Order: sequence, then structure tokens, then C-alpha cells
Amino acid sequence: MPFRIDRRREMSRGLLYLSPVLAVAMTVLTGFALFAALGQDPLPALYHFGISPLTTLYGVSELLVKAAPLITIAVGLAVGFRANVWNIGAEGQLTFGAIAAGVVALNFWGEEGGWILPLMCLAGVLGGMAYAAVPAFLKTRFGVNEILTSLMLTYVAALLLSALVFGPLKDPAGFNFPQSRMFTDSALLPIILAGTRLHFGAVAALMIAVAVWVLMTFTIVGFQLRVLGQAPAAARYAGFHGKRLIWICLLMSGGLAGLAGTFEIAGPIGQLIPAITPGYGFTAIIVAFLGRLHPLGIVLAGLVMALSYIGGENAQVEVGLPQAATGVFQGLLLFFLLASDFLVRYRVRLARRVTE
Amino acid sequence: MSAETAVLVMLTVISAATPLLFAALGELVVEKSGVLNLGVEGMMLAGAVAGFAVTVSTGSAVLGIVCAALAGALMALIFGVLTLTLAANQVATGLALTIFGVGLSALLGAGFVGVPVAPLPKLAVPGLSDLAVIGPLLFAHDALVYLSILATAGIGWFLARTRAGMILRAVGESDESAHSIGYNVIRVRYLAVLFGGAMSGLAGAFLSLSHTPMWAEEMTAGRGWIALALVVFSSWRPGRVLLGAYLFGGVTILQLHAQGAGGLGIPAQVLSMLPYLATIAVLTIIAAGPWRGRLDAPACLGKLFRPPT
Amino acid sequence: MKTAVTRRDFVLGSAAAAGTLGLAGPRAFAAEPLKVGFVYVGPVGDFGWTHGHDMGRKAIEAHFGGQVKTTFVENVAEGPDAERVIRQLASSGHELIFSTSFGFMNPTLRVAKMFPKVKFEHATGYRTAPNVSVYNARFHEGRVVCGTIAGHVTKSGIAGYIGSFPIPEVVMGINAFTLAARKIRPDTKVKVVWVNSWYDPGKEGDAAKALIDQGADIMCQHTDSPAPLQVAEARGIHGFGQASDMKTFAPNAQLTAILDVWDGYYIQRTRDVLDRKWQSQSIWWGLKEGMVKMAPYGAAVPENVRQEAEAAREALVSGARHPFAGPIEDQKGVPRVAEGQSLSDKEIAAMDWYVEGVEA
Repeated sequence: MPFRIDRRREMSRGLLYLSPVLAVAMTVLTGFALFAALGQDPLPALYHFGISPLTTLYGVSELLVKAAPLITIAVGLAVGFRANVWNIGAEGQLTFGAIAAGVVALNFWGEEGGWILPLMCLAGVLGGMAYAAVPAFLKTRFGVNEILTSLMLTYVAALLLSALVFGPLKDPAGFNFPQSRMFTDSALLPIILAGTRLHFGAVAALMIAVAVWVLMTFTIVGFQLRVLGQAPAAARYAGFHGKRLIWICLLMSGGLAGLAGTFEIAGPIGQLIPAITPGYGFTAIIVAFLGRLHPLGIVLAGLVMALSYIGGENAQVEVGLPQAATGVFQGLLLFFLLASDFLVRYRVRLARRVTE
Repeated sequence: MSAETAVLVMLTVISAATPLLFAALGELVVEKSGVLNLGVEGMMLAGAVAGFAVTVSTGSAVLGIVCAALAGALMALIFGVLTLTLAANQVATGLALTIFGVGLSALLGAGFVGVPVAPLPKLAVPGLSDLAVIGPLLFAHDALVYLSILATAGIGWFLARTRAGMILRAVGESDESAHSIGYNVIRVRYLAVLFGGAMSGLAGAFLSLSHTPMWAEEMTAGRGWIALALVVFSSWRPGRVLLGAYLFGGVTILQLHAQGAGGLGIPAQVLSMLPYLATIAVLTIIAAGPWRGRLDAPACLGKLFRPPT
Repeated sequence: MKTAVTRRDFVLGSAAAAGTLGLAGPRAFAAEPLKVGFVYVGPVGDFGWTHGHDMGRKAIEAHFGGQVKTTFVENVAEGPDAERVIRQLASSGHELIFSTSFGFMNPTLRVAKMFPKVKFEHATGYRTAPNVSVYNARFHEGRVVCGTIAGHVTKSGIAGYIGSFPIPEVVMGINAFTLAARKIRPDTKVKVVWVNSWYDPGKEGDAAKALIDQGADIMCQHTDSPAPLQVAEARGIHGFGQASDMKTFAPNAQLTAILDVWDGYYIQRTRDVLDRKWQSQSIWWGLKEGMVKMAPYGAAVPENVRQEAEAAREALVSGARHPFAGPIEDQKGVPRVAEGQSLSDKEIAAMDWYVEGVEA
């Protein structure tokens, strides 16, 4: 073998920051070839993909709007992933939380009061928790794998939302189209920056990330969760309550997903519609791992992921790059980012030729 | 319902279940080796577009099917290089593979939208296919349906009875021990991942050449995810994958029939929930029943392994 | 592949456009082409709804040549992303924007408020604004022609109907089809199966098989893929294409197809903007205006049926026939429209009940 690969004793600090840069450079190079092969002028395509969304205040605000639900959900999921609890169904918990919050908003439709939004948030969190409680119960009581149950319940939640907006929650003055009434002002999140859609949920996402970081780093529950993930046998030996930790992981990730759903319907959407999420619950899984399951890494990863979506739209508008190409480009970016981790954890050296 | 109709309904179920079966069987082998590849949907789409494009361009369905398997394996190779050689996280890489596959297949398939193709021919077994009821039910399918059944039995035999299968399981249960005995963990996992990709490719080819002979973007419509769930459902046993795929396909078709028969007054959305709820219910019954206890996943599933050098 | 070449040409064309264009200015600079944007809910490769709109977009390019440049964004989810995409189009110099799915209604209106000089065209919605028009096609008129043929061709008296979602547009189609079929054959039943998707070839195909197994020998669909017709072809029954001519997928089975033809409207509205004559309006065009057309009748339609179908079509065009003329009873036998009366456009647009003979 021409190369020698050794595991580093400690993660390389320098490469920790350098490796994403390297990954982006590789993506740009590959993207250059890809866009050229598609008959595009690569430079404008790359510019509109990665840079132009960041050149205006509005662009940055949209980035935060798109990243907020991803970060909120991923932070919760990461806690579970660290403890080997595999909640794949955040999409469903988001939907169920949004339904709960939406019912509150519609129930108090037209009424005013500062208590409506907090009540919606509470309902959203409880809704998400309740929906995550199903896999938690089946897992702790019967040992049913949570990957299967949480994933299957995602489809059920989407159908439930559909049944509701086609039925009891339908706008009475909406010509029988499948959507609820538009929420009234008391049920809408305040806009932080005039002229944009930047809402309170984006700030909340950052606060949640910090709070979860504190929880995982400084509390006994956080410690137990980390041990459970890294050394299950040791956790058992130490007498940790495995079932209780499973409940904590699922309820926490479910609750945060429900909150993200609440922010979406009370923020950019402003009503209940059949399609409230373009796959945030699934994308958040990538975000969680891209951020190395660390709340602050997740904030960065969420922003990168959001940029790749907005950049894709941008490149379609500005240079007519087909959407399929943006999917390929996004995949490449993720591949390189994931691969670059290797350099952080391993040392690659040219092996000295052994002369006999 | 007459016997003939019952047979037709069964054939619909088989057709709906076969892509799930292929993809889930492939993923089962991958997971048995200790690797979790969530990119099934992306690999299926690669197989679907490759199978369709090659069949249309060359006129040979056999070549199309082979290329579909190769396309799936090629996608899996990307996953393998990232997760096995470069030790990237498997969950994230698998999801990224799906995003990549959706885009790539749409890009490559753009020229094949709206193009018809002859469905795979049914291979009737002479003499047997004319028998009443069991003839059409058992002996008049296309090659891929037979292959999916053979693959179920073959993989079951391979994992349980062969030395190579034993090594694969050992690698999935305890990579460190397998390595110390002298097995090449990474090589075994590469082979498993490539096999899984090829099977997903075949699942895609079945969709674009037999189930609905056409190419359309994102035509897998989430079946890759169902296949992943079925592996868990099966508790990592090939026979139960077959059961799960046919159960899921069966309930899906059943709810469509219930709707056609007037819907029994139940909203269509609620009927559409049935396949998902039934899968959860059956798995819970299996888990809670007297035979409980053997649901465990391969011990090293999803964990990183790099041989110490 | 022919389609590959056209798509490729577009890609190249728009890249060249991006190179030569600066920021868009006011219309006064006649040398600069008018930028027209399209927001699609699905992929242009769906061979259904979005494909149809994209044909309309290409028709604009072909008709106006260098005077107009078009842009599209595909697969835009009907959630929080829509508003950003529409705003992106508006702020990058597009002066006319078509948002082609119902779920884009509220996002379109919100962006329109911010960009009063940009003209917006929203398909299938009901809310207008000074710079927002709505447009839709009377697809249900095509269903009348289909129903007339179905009433003649069916042997079992059972038609299968694959629905996406029970929104008024789909419900009125089912009703118009059923009324027309029962006019020919009064005992016709229409069995409806919902697949909860506009576009899932596998599920649409499975639904078609289920309906055929329940005795249907006519297949009708309000979903986008040719899968149901393929099944009809394989099972030797007949059916109707949706949104585009699907004859290539079902040469024997397709009796006719309802074609969405947006070309004329898109060209006219682009012309209006170029001539500074654009005004907000709400239109609902059908067979008469050519927004809905019927594909050539298939070989399985006998000559006398063909004549009757043509007569029905001509009566709809001239206004002599109304798709929802009384007497009409609903599923439960409650009279809904009296003899000599017919439903108003407003009543049709909000339809949420089924006529007698529908099993849904």
C-alpha cells in the first residue's frame, strides 16, 4: 500500500476547520465540471448557487427562515442519535405538532390576546411529544424497533393532516379547497426584520441549540445519554435507567419537531395546508450528522443545508440550471463534506518504501 | 369474488410487493454485514432509469436489467468508498445518496419521459401455467418475479448455511473479533454493500420495466423507505421480508379495493393509513408474542470500523 | 431522443441568455426581452400537469422569439418555499409570473403586494388582486365528452375513476363524467378510488387494477401518469388520457384524452404585457376557447359514437348544452338541480357533493 493511514489520538484542530473548506473546494471543482458538461457557464452557476443568496439582507433572512426548522429538529434528533435512539420520524412529529397548534389557532380564530401564540407553542410541543410517545411506548414496552414505527407514523400523520384540511378544518369560505382559514394576527409569529419573513422561530432555533448544548455538556442526564450511546454495557453497569433515557430522547426530539412545525404554520405559512413541510424532518437527519451531533455544529450544518436549497432555486431562476442538476450538486457537496471528516480523524502519510 | 378475480387480485399484490422485496432483501444483506445504507430510494431510481434507458435504446430487456443492477451497485460503490474506506457516517451518507440519486436519475432520464416500452414478457411454464388458479398464480410471471422469490430462498440459504454467509454475519455481529480471526471486514462489507445496491437496482428496474413500464422522475415514490422499514419488520430474516413485502402490498391493494367498493363510509385518507398501521401492528404482535426476544439487529449495525494498521 | 435534444437546447439557450442579460429594466428598453417566470409544483418530466404548463412556456418562447425570455423553477413545494421562489422571480426582473398550482395562491398574493408592477397569473385559485389574475380550464367539459363515449362503450356499466384529492376540480369532473355517461346508459356506476397523490405511477396502476377487478371496463383518471391507461391496455379495456395525449402508452385502450392547452392563454397574456394592456381578470376557459381540447378518437370508438361525442362537444362549445343541467339528484337521492335549471359557475367551483351513480 502506498499510503499509511493511522487513527489520530485526538481530532486535529486545524483540520477540523480546514476540512470543510477543502470539501467546498472539491465541490466547486466537481460542480465546475458538472455544469460545464451540462452546457452551462460554470462560474455564474456556482456564483448563484453559493454566493449570491448571501449578498443581500433579504437573502440572509431567507437563509435563516429555511435553516430554523432544520436546526430546531436536528438538535433534538442528535440527542437521541448520541444515545443510539433512532427517531427517523421527525417529519411526522412535526406534522402532528403543527396540527395540534393549528387546532388551537383555528379554535381562537379572530380572537386577540398575547396568550394565543404561547398556547399554540405548548400545543405544538405536546403534539410532537405525544406522537413520539407511540414509538417510545412500543419500544420500551414491547421492544419494537423505533426506526420502523417512527417512519411508518410519518405517512400516517401526513394522511391525517390531509383528512383534516379536507374535512373539519377546511376554510368555510374557501370554495372547498383543502386549506384552513388564514390565521389571524394573534396566531402569527412576530416578524423580526421588516420586509422579510424572518420570524421569532429563527431566534428560538439558536436558543434551543445553546440550551441543548448546556444540557448535554453540564447535566447528569446529558452525561448518561452520552454514556448510553458510547458504552451501553457501562451504562447498564452504572445502573442508568435505559428505558427512561429512551423516553427522554424520543419526547425531546418529538417535542422540538412539533415546535418547528408550529413555527412553520405560525410563521411563513400562516394557515394549515396539506403540505406544510418539504421534508424538513428527513433533511434534519443529515443536518444532525453533518453537524457531528453537536448542537453548535448543527447550527452551521443547518445553514449550509439551507443555502444548498436556496442556492438551487436561485440557480434555476438566474441561469436556468435544471433542478435535477442542483440535486446532484447538493449530493456532491454532502459527499465531500462527509468524506472530509476522514482527514480530521485519520492521518494519511506516504508509506516509506520498504527495501528488502 | 370469483376465483379468476381472486387470482387477478393476487397478481396485483405480487406486482406491488416485488420491488419492495428486492430492495429489502438487498438491504438485509447489507445490514447483516453491519452496515446501514439509507440510500435505497436513490439506488432504486438509478436502477429504474438505467434499466429503462438501456432497454429502450438497445431493445434488450435482459441487458436493461443487468445495467439496472450495475447502476445500483455503482451508486452503492459511492456509499462504500465514503463509509467503508473514508469512514464517513453511514446514516448521513445514505441520505445524501438518496438526494444524489433523485437528481442524477432525473438528469439522465430527461430524454426518456413519455417514451413507451414493452413490458417484460411473462415466462409461462409450459404445461403448468394452464392449470386453473395456481397456473396463473405461480407459473406465469415475468423473470424478475421468479428471481425475487429465488433470491429470498437463496439469501436465506446463503446466510444460514454457507461459510461465506457465516463470515458475513460474524462481521456484522462483531467486527473486531472477525478482524482478529483474520477476516477482511472491509472487503466483506464492500461486497455486501455492492450486492445491496444491485438488488435495489433490480427493484427499480422492476418498477420501470414491469410494474409501470415507463420512466418518470421520482417514480419510486417512497418505496425505498418502505423497504428499509421492512428489513426492520423482518427482524433481519429473509423469509419474513417476503412476508412483510406481501403483507404491505396486500393491505395496500386491499384498501384500494375497499375504496372501489364504496369505501365503507371511511374517509379515503384513513383507508390509506392501513398499510402503515398494519405493519406496526404486526411487528408489535411479533415482538410481544410468546416467541419474543429474537428481534435484535446485527450488533455492529451502523458503527464505524477501520482496521488497525 | 427527441425530448432530450429539446431540453438540452433550452439549457443552452438560457445559459446564453444569462450571459447577455444584465439586470432587467423597465419595458421602455425594447431591446431587452421580457422575462416571464413559471413556478411549477412538479418536475417538468411528469408527463402530466407540469409537463402541460411547460409546453405552454415553450410555446411562448417559440412564438415571441428574442422578444421574450422564460425561466422556470420546478418541484416547488406548496409550503413555505413557494413564497421565496416567487419573490426571487419577481425581484430578478421577471415582469410576468405564472404560478401553476392551487397551493401557490396565498404566496402569490403576498409577493404581488410587494411588487405592484409585476403581473402575476395564478392557475386554479380564486383570489385576485390588481396585479394578480386567476385562470383555470373547464376540464369538466372534456369529461362530458368522455362520459358520452363511456356510456356507449361500456359493457359492464361500471366505470373506474382514479382520483387524486377530493378538491372541487376533481369532484366536478367525476360528476360531469357520470351525468354524461348516465344520459346514454342510465344504470352506469362510477367507482372512485383516491390515491392521495397527483403523481405516483405505481399506485395509480394498482388502483386501476383494483377497479378493473371490481368490474370496471372504462378507466378514467384525474392523476397525472399514464400508468392507469397502461393497465387498461394490458387488461384489454378502454380509458381516457389525462392532460396530454397518452396514445403512445395505450394505442388500443385510449378512446380519447382531455388535453390541457395553455399555449393560447400564455401567448395572449404575454402579448398583453408587451403591449401594456395587461389587466387583472379571472377566466375559466373551456372547449370553446381551446384551453381544453380532445385528442383524436381512438379506433375503439365506433362511427356513431364518434358522431355523438362530436355533437356533445359542439353543443358544449355553442352553449346549447350545460354540463350540469337539471334534473340532478345527488348520491342520496336529494334533488340538487331542478328541471330546466343548471348550476352557476360559482356553485360548480365549490362542488363537494356527488351525483347519483357515483360510488365514492
